Amino acid sequence: MLKAKREAPPSAGRAGIKKELPEHFRDYRHVWVFIELERGEVHPVSFELLGEGRKLADKLGIQLAGIVLGPPGEATQHAVAEAFAYGADLVYLVEAPLLADYRNEPFTKAMTDLVNTYKPEILLLGATTLGRDLAGSVATTLLTGLTADCTELDVDVDGSLAATRPTFGGSLLCTIYTLNYRPQMATVRPRVMAMPPRTDKPIGRVIRHQLSMTEEEIITKVLGFKLDRQSAKANLAYADIVVAGGLGLGSAENLQLVTNLARAIGAEYGCSRPLVQKGWMPADRQIGQTGKTIRPKLYIAAGVSGAIQHRVGVEGADLIVAINTDPNAPIFDFAHLGIVTDAIRFLPALTEAFTRRLSPHSHDKLAS
Amino acid sequence: MHIVICIKQVPDSAQIRVHPVTNTIMRQGVPTIINPYDLFALEEALRLRGAHGGEVTVLTMGPPMAEDALRKALTYGADRAVLLTDRCFAGSDTLATSFALSRAIVRIGETFGAPDIVFAGKQTIDGDTAQVGPGIAKRLGLLQFTYVAKIASIDLDAREITVKRRSEGGTQMLKSRLPCLITMLEGTNEIRRGSLDDALRAARSQIVKWSAAEAGIEDLTKCGLRGSPTVVKRVFAPTTRAEKATQIDTTDKTQHGVADELIAAIFTRQPALEHELAFDGGQ
Repeated sequence: MLKAKREAPPSAGRAGIKKELPEHFRDYRHVWVFIELERGEVHPVSFELLGEGRKLADKLGIQLAGIVLGPPGEATQHAVAEAFAYGADLVYLVEAPLLADYRNEPFTKAMTDLVNTYKPEILLLGATTLGRDLAGSVATTLLTGLTADCTELDVDVDGSLAATRPTFGGSLLCTIYTLNYRPQMATVRPRVMAMPPRTDKPIGRVIRHQLSMTEEEIITKVLGFKLDRQSAKANLAYADIVVAGGLGLGSAENLQLVTNLARAIGAEYGCSRPLVQKGWMPADRQIGQTGKTIRPKLYIAAGVSGAIQHRVGVEGADLIVAINTDPNAPIFDFAHLGIVTDAIRFLPALTEAFTRRLSPHSHDKLAS
Repeated sequence: MHIVICIKQVPDSAQIRVHPVTNTIMRQGVPTIINPYDLFALEEALRLRGAHGGEVTVLTMGPPMAEDALRKALTYGADRAVLLTDRCFAGSDTLATSFALSRAIVRIGETFGAPDIVFAGKQTIDGDTAQVGPGIAKRLGLLQFTYVAKIASIDLDAREITVKRRSEGGTQMLKSRLPCLITMLEGTNEIRRGSLDDALRAARSQIVKWSAAEAGIEDLTKCGLRGSPTVVKRVFAPTTRAEKATQIDTTDKTQHGVADELIAAIFTRQPALEHELAFDGGQ
């Protein structure tokens, strides 16, 4: 027969099908976590990511490295030490005076140079203002895939990073792969992952890399930095107790019922998205998928309906208490304790009851 | 000055429903809007035009129906609108999107004058990635300022710009050079109501529509699915917790009675809290 033997169709070059990694990508190994150091402080999301990175590295049988970019000095050395304490096997360090304040140009340069030199398989960053600014630039420079705001990171049977994230405001989850490019990059928002335990460890292997950039080459100059007046604002994501108000409170004035309760029990306060859209509370108090993710020991939601976009941001709480007039409100599907009542009337009673219950202890403390 | 602002048409997320069986977004009948974060960037662009003169060009990439979003932007007072639309862009991830938009911005520059500032919103409400803005900046070699709360000053002669940029614990004041890309923080200004003149003009305006070829995009391997390093492998609905909330019965009880019962229930489930609260709270 002259007819050529029909071969199986070649695997289409479609992105969804795993191709053999090109030869030059096989050198890409190890999991990297960017240790976000800003103004002398390591952002806690970096430690949360080291916890996740540790699991990925162990599954893949590879090493976990912390990436520290900072100015020479104690704070940077401290960041290196903390990276080891939270589980890194080694640290890549770029120490240069021009990394003192965050600027996109030198940080992108430092990170892309490190990646091109030492070739990580996976690179994780916190989805903070700094992390998102940097991650987008680095991924575009390297022409690789970047998955934002992941809520779950895992390793597939073939060793690929499976990055799961909410989409359409949390209505759906999708698992995203970067199959044919390296590194596989992902960002994770603060508090989405649990804080791993810290263990005192000696500083391990530190690989120093020179930043091949001078201040003259950087166009952007930092004129100043103004710390937030209410420093507590930044603590919402990390608070142990959070009280939040939703549309059920009816008016901006009634938000003081929330702040009163928060003050009485030493909690942080926040709100659901509609309240920010109405201008009742500033955007940095918003809790949910597009706001802050919280993991408190106790979360009290007053008049919050519990839309999926809110749920995504609070599910990590140990105990969720919901107060809502509507017995069918979706918040009762994921709260642990519920009360069907009007929050406007109930919050003052709850504040008073808490104060009454807690005050004898305060007296004991004063007396002792 | 010439300002280009990138917007996106998104489904109004408040009205999104997920099909219970197929786990797909039911878009039918869901109204579309301009991504709300983009409006702050649009307003900032219009304010700068008011202060410094010049033109504002609105750009979007999307299906033909994205024209509605552009027309809406024109009613706010933008001078010109460009729709980048081509089947080859379907399935673009953020890297492919930033490629296509950056090529279109180059073509806008060649056709209508080089932009001094490219604006984008902080992020979109459907994708929430905040990656396309930085991606465009990198592709065009523009200086990049994300989460900008305020443009403090612009000196067109010296080509200098000063911005206040949101950082985790405060605000950075940065001085840099034009041209640059800025993503605006939400709540930084209040979007104007378009004038009647603008509305009439918007209705009559021709929207510039470019295919990939017309935008000067030759390398189609960088577009759409083919140009996207990320692949969505699985889409699924979040699992629901089997248990519903334990309800505290309110019948025949005073608000205070219910409050006491709730507090007891809280401390039963989280015994350590009572101790912590006694020390930290109650001031």
